[in-house]
Amino acid sequence: MFIIKHRIFFVSLSALFVLTGLVLVWMYGLNPGTDFKGGAIYEVEYVGARPNVDLVRSEVNKLNLGSVSVTPVGEKGVLIKTKPIDQSQKQAIALAITGYGSTTEATTTGSVVEKRFSSIGPAVGQELFKKGILAIALVMIVIILFIALAFSKVSYMVSSWKYGVVTIVALLHDIIIASGVAAYLGHFGTFEADALFLTALLTIMALSVNDTIVIFDRIRENLKSRSGRDFEETVGISMNQSFVRSINTSLTVILTLVALYLFGAESTKNFALIMAIGMFFGTYSSIFLASPLLVIWEKMGKRG
Amino acid sequence: MNTKTRFLALLLLIGGILIGYFVYVSETDSKSWAYRPFHLGLDLSGGSQLVYEADTSKIDPSQIGEAMSALREVIERRVNAFGVGEPIVQAEQVGIGANAKHRLIVELPGVTDVKKAQEMISETPSLEFKIERPDGVEKQAIVSAKKEVADYLQTISASSTSVAKLTEQLNSRFGAEKIALASEDADFVSSGFTGKYLQKSTVQFNPNSIGPSIGLSFNDEGVKLFAKITEANVNKKLAIFLDGNMISAPVIREAIRDGKAEISGQFTVTEAKTLVRNLNLGALPLPVSLASTQTIGPTLGEVAMKSGVKAGLIGLLFIALFMLFWYRLPGLVAVVSLSIYVAIVLSIFKLIPVTLTAAGIAGFILSIGIAVDANVLIFERLKEELRNGKNVQNAMTDGFARAWSSIRDSNISTILSSIILFWFGSSLIRGFGLNLAIGVIVSMFTAITVTRTLLFALGFRGESKFVRFLFSSGLTTAKNDNLK
Repeated sequence: MFIIKHRIFFVSLSALFVLTGLVLVWMYGLNPGTDFKGGAIYEVEYVGARPNVDLVRSEVNKLNLGSVSVTPVGEKGVLIKTKPIDQSQKQAIALAITGYGSTTEATTTGSVVEKRFSSIGPAVGQELFKKGILAIALVMIVIILFIALAFSKVSYMVSSWKYGVVTIVALLHDIIIASGVAAYLGHFGTFEADALFLTALLTIMALSVNDTIVIFDRIRENLKSRSGRDFEETVGISMNQSFVRSINTSLTVILTLVALYLFGAESTKNFALIMAIGMFFGTYSSIFLASPLLVIWEKMGKRG
Repeated sequence: MNTKTRFLALLLLIGGILIGYFVYVSETDSKSWAYRPFHLGLDLSGGSQLVYEADTSKIDPSQIGEAMSALREVIERRVNAFGVGEPIVQAEQVGIGANAKHRLIVELPGVTDVKKAQEMISETPSLEFKIERPDGVEKQAIVSAKKEVADYLQTISASSTSVAKLTEQLNSRFGAEKIALASEDADFVSSGFTGKYLQKSTVQFNPNSIGPSIGLSFNDEGVKLFAKITEANVNKKLAIFLDGNMISAPVIREAIRDGKAEISGQFTVTEAKTLVRNLNLGALPLPVSLASTQTIGPTLGEVAMKSGVKAGLIGLLFIALFMLFWYRLPGLVAVVSLSIYVAIVLSIFKLIPVTLTAAGIAGFILSIGIAVDANVLIFERLKEELRNGKNVQNAMTDGFARAWSSIRDSNISTILSSIILFWFGSSLIRGFGLNLAIGVIVSMFTAITVTRTLLFALGFRGESKFVRFLFSSGLTTAKNDNLK
């Protein structure tokens, strides 16, 4: 099998991907959404024409709310982000951004429509983040244990816990690359790492393991029936037999994600994008990383 | 065996159609007995979410649970009085042990005026009884402190603007002790008798006064305490403070032992009624502070809902085309099973009921993609067995049998992950985890049992080229394994 033969190349390529992902995260950092760092989001739509966004921004800045971002949304809307604020501060903003340009206060009220408002204290956000990290760690531990158990019958060539560890390596590979892309998009675009992003990572993890197990299952079957002269050949045969189904199972998921990205709700677009990237690399890693790693580990064990 | 399989297949198809019909009727026909529309989250229906943090530092840790459920009840009563459709009030604990935080999440669908809701929830009428402060050193000290501060304030009122600055200025000039003294009430001293001891309040019409008055009756503990206080303070004034304002200050003629009191003030009938209602709803057992608020306008939710449905339909279409193109006849059967899958999952969402959010819909759409996974595994295996020279019937039997272990293990790992998501996640992640688990479990039924029954019921046995063509898949039908 071609991939197993050139395993060093493919594992190095994956290492390069991971390194790039890490560098991107390190350089740009993830752009945390308000639900993690705390803060307020206030989206309004002007009933009439929207004034120049720069003017809106300078009006909001006059309220001394600290660092404020004002971005246009669609034709008539603006999105204002600030530190956490309360209802009266929100109303002060509403008044400020409608008061511009007119002299009487009476004409100003009611000329924007509130579309959404959320204000989240920093403590709530941090907890959400901690919980997410905890969930990720726990998923990994449970998966290693489960795979070690599921492959315990075929541990005579490679001990079963190694299948678990390799699965986790593939999983880390996938979420690091997805995070790298998120960091890049956060720096150059408007991507925000919010609770949905965390959900996307967790789902990528689940599906990445799914993919890897599909191939490992075939290795397990071939080890039981003793096809192949040695471990390397058995893995090669197994990959040959299973890579179409591996690609196809991911393809069906990616198809739905494409639909979600193109036609889904605005709020889940980024989710779909990161998921699709994660799925792609999840399949890639199950074919080009997990199995070659198993073979490398088996060979090292023999030598040592 | 074949008639049995066919009968079963017919049952499954009819069952699927009935479930699909239920999903349709329960959503559209409000008069039907089956009417049970989807439970929409705030981000789809529009509305507000308020998260309160309870201050549990002053009560015994072992009583926190009880206090929180009491708090939840009181707030729920207040929210219900607000007249919102299906409000949700949930208590939530974050962390464990001494660092645990206790929150209350209030969701108000359809309410976008958060300010009003907030007032409704957090404004408790605070009821307090105070006793006339006796003349003496203490009273004079307070009066003189008040005067000093007031005089000073007059000299600087124009120049200083911010409250924080002002407080700092006052503290540095007079010292914190004197400031505290100055903010005391010179005329009355707290009796320790508060709304806590209230059992019931009623609107009364006293013939001796104009307008309504408010009758108060106290609980057992309150009766005793009130008797004690009144006994010790005969011929002194007893002031009744509502929300920090003195309403009336009658003189105690004699000890009151029946645990009843009356507030007569300048109430209108409406005011008196509102006050009585709020007093009866009770004070919050724990102080709360607002940690976060969220409001979603109704139009934004509607757009999210519509695009979610659209994305789901198109995703389904993509998968159907792919399965038909790549797996031919089995692909068609898989699409039928997938439709049954969609019907079952949607009806489960309605029956549990699962609250649908934009993230939840995304999770469901994703699960459609995952649901055919098992079919892909089976059909690829089927194709392989055909290539190994088996006839269609045997290849089908072996294909299902041999794909099972990979389906089982990969799905168990997904279910384990979703259980952890459900356990540890915040509400958003929880919903997603639940949907994922429901999806995987249902898909194991539809992709294996349903597909298998339907496929066997079709009863293809022949070895003709046409049959083999129907069951082959992809582009690599006739070719041998040339990738090795």
